[in-house]
Amino acid sequence: MTGVAERAVGAPLVRRDGPLKVTGRAAYAYEQPVADPLYLFPIEATVARGRIVSIDAAAAEAADGVVVVLTHRNAARLAPDADPELRILQDDVIRFRNQFVGAVVAETSEAARYAAGLVRVEYEEAPHDVTFRADHPELYAPESVNAGIATDSVFGDVEMALAKAHRTIDHVYSTPLEHHNPMEPHTTVAAWHGEDGSGRLTLHDSNQGASTARSMLAPVLGIAPERVRVISPYVGGGFGSKAMPHAHVVLAVLAARLVGGRPVKFAMSRRQTFTQASHRSPQIQRVRLGADRDGRLTAIAHGSIAQTSRFKEFVEQTTFVTRSMYAAPNRSTTHRAVPSDVSVPGIFRAPGETPGFFALESAMDEMALACGIDPVEFRVRNEPEREPETGLPFSSRDYVACMREGARRFGWEGRDPAPGGTRAGEWLIGTGMAGCAYPAYFLRGGTQAAVEALPDGRYRVDIAAADIGTGAWTALAQVSADALGVPVEDVDMAIGDSALPPAAMAGGSMGMTFWGTAIIEAARVLRERFGERPEPGARVTATAPDNPHVGKVSMHAYGAHFAEVRVNADTGEVRVSRLLGMFDLGRVINPRTTRSQLIGGMIMGLSMALHEEGVRDPRFGHTVNCDLAQYHIAAHADVEDVDAIWLDGDDRYYNPMGAKGVGETGIVGAAAAIANAAHHATGIRVRDLPMTPEKFLR
Amino acid sequence: MEATITLRVDGEERPVSLDTRTSLLDALRERLGVNAPKKGCDHGQCGACTVLVDGRRVTSCLLLAVTQDGASVVTAAGLGAEAEGEPLRRAFLDHDGFQCGYCTPGQVCSAAGMLREARAGHASHVTADLSADEIPLDDAEIRERMSGNLCRCGAYPNILAAIREVAR
Repeated sequence: MTGVAERAVGAPLVRRDGPLKVTGRAAYAYEQPVADPLYLFPIEATVARGRIVSIDAAAAEAADGVVVVLTHRNAARLAPDADPELRILQDDVIRFRNQFVGAVVAETSEAARYAAGLVRVEYEEAPHDVTFRADHPELYAPESVNAGIATDSVFGDVEMALAKAHRTIDHVYSTPLEHHNPMEPHTTVAAWHGEDGSGRLTLHDSNQGASTARSMLAPVLGIAPERVRVISPYVGGGFGSKAMPHAHVVLAVLAARLVGGRPVKFAMSRRQTFTQASHRSPQIQRVRLGADRDGRLTAIAHGSIAQTSRFKEFVEQTTFVTRSMYAAPNRSTTHRAVPSDVSVPGIFRAPGETPGFFALESAMDEMALACGIDPVEFRVRNEPEREPETGLPFSSRDYVACMREGARRFGWEGRDPAPGGTRAGEWLIGTGMAGCAYPAYFLRGGTQAAVEALPDGRYRVDIAAADIGTGAWTALAQVSADALGVPVEDVDMAIGDSALPPAAMAGGSMGMTFWGTAIIEAARVLRERFGERPEPGARVTATAPDNPHVGKVSMHAYGAHFAEVRVNADTGEVRVSRLLGMFDLGRVINPRTTRSQLIGGMIMGLSMALHEEGVRDPRFGHTVNCDLAQYHIAAHADVEDVDAIWLDGDDRYYNPMGAKGVGETGIVGAAAAIANAAHHATGIRVRDLPMTPEKFLR
Repeated sequence: MEATITLRVDGEERPVSLDTRTSLLDALRERLGVNAPKKGCDHGQCGACTVLVDGRRVTSCLLLAVTQDGASVVTAAGLGAEAEGEPLRRAFLDHDGFQCGYCTPGQVCSAAGMLREARAGHASHVTADLSADEIPLDDAEIRERMSGNLCRCGAYPNILAAIREVAR
């Protein structure tokens, strides 16, 4: 930082946006004031594959309040090479069930919704396939997986090592179709300004990055990014589903082209988001481990199979972190995919690591038992000195300390490893633990920030960052204050607008790394040029310097989850009595909001472990349980004692703040800790999530 | 079909003409510009739209506005005028009882309504003594009674701490 005593970073400040949020006055996308709006309701395909034969919109067009019916016949042309997920209404082809085939725009939301039901679409149906299984004939190896990660890795000879191992395990784990369900459904309010679509486009949009939304949408529309403005100051959660624009944004934009400059408001219904807002693909993973007499791993083989969309590939990096987690001379990781006639899967809180660690950390628990070694001790015994597959040194790795200190705080010592040993009334009680790691991704450089001097010694910091609930409004002010050497109260923040200096999105737990680095650089340059007392109006825009350590050190956040679970011997109901996470996060910028992010991730892991499962109907290709009554996410009554704590740390390889990523770290491994505890309680190993009651009734 | 009704919203008389198909939630948000109640599911499954109608908590997406002519509606924006309002807001801030904030207006309205229900002796699924005049709010009671308000950010432990403080 600038050599001034650090004051703001590390303080548990209350959220700056808090007063607006507890009074309901924070204006989310749908609530941003616009003049004379229209309302959109979409028309969705009722077949999973085929062609549109005819569309009869006459009744809808004649209905009260209807302004226009949008279909592929009157939609503006989009760039031929546009992202296939975004290139909608350009032809008559149906690629998945519930695909948008049009929309009704009307004076009220009621009129639009009613008229959408009057549009008659006839289809020529073609055979579809949405089934997902490991022996699917179309199984293939993608060229690479999400984030550009290599599909496979091989070191040594896994088969030979497994054949010679003292102990081996070989198990298949599965995770289901999962849906993000941020509480704010995906919303866009689109308005064109200027003649015949040659003008400018304004979007009030719920997203995880206004700059990303702009840079992805402009080429689809065939216009310069400067002519698109995306405004998103308050966003009601995202978890990956708002990282990149989906088809609903383009639908609203195409509709807005037809209505002479009036804004078109489109908030997807909860049900529509299940298809349109991406999802986590179901996955089937096989983990094989070999260990010697001392409980040291001699082989690690981790393979995953995911379902992807036939018209646009997305495959999670599920076995990626296995490459860096534990020592073993013989190693193999693979990713395979099955194409289906489904909408495009996408990133969902720790894509790859979340499902991957359910399998890996369940398998580690199984192997610890097979070796007769305590699960913490077994992991400690397999701690690598350097990253196993790259040989890189770790920037910092307090994984062992997380396990040791977490175990101490949880009361792990003296645990009887034998399953099924504790019963209180009808409840079987067990404890389990699992490891956690989340890598530093450095995917998008070029984040900028501007710092401007205001009167009275105040400053304003401009950056197109996003606060999707992370606390960025507050944490960025803390970083700014220390970078400028001023009290945090003297910093005004402006975020959530693509008109501000461009920034990386809130995703991959990368936000603070890029945003904070850019702000510190801008503050440094401001001081260099204008000194300690700049005239009001003095302004500097700076770009975050590239991290010189990328590719030279291995950078991860770490953690360990400890769970106490009780399983009802009669009903199979699983309750998580306690969940404690101990983390290695480098330096923590705001302890209050950091703890919230961590426990939020852990609770999402609990929800994944116990509740969440999208059920696709193979006959019709749609998710059957597409609402919050049938797709259960953890509610108040599901969550008992959950807490997160962390070790003191400071990792200057990551960024100038010394801070590792937090947003996704909390979820990684949480489901495995709960599954391991449930096994300890009952002796029943559930390898297929979610752990619904019937899986414990035998 | 249009109808004209009058709602008392956060203490203010608000006459409004609306389509008879309009939910109370949409009447507030789309006709009256009252955006504190949120639409999270429109099916009464998430609780983001919770407001107090004549003092009781309701999911406003499940009420047709025309059936509420003359009703008094209190949203999170107007909750400060109620006895529980300011303490709940303060406690949610202090305990960081939210992240993205989208479920929060519904959570605070629901909490206010829930505190009244417990004081009035309304039992819940976990209440041991069904004949009590007033139900003491332990953690299990608060969790059970707040389970109609989903929070995907997972702020539940902090929401619990906030409500526990106010319930004391």
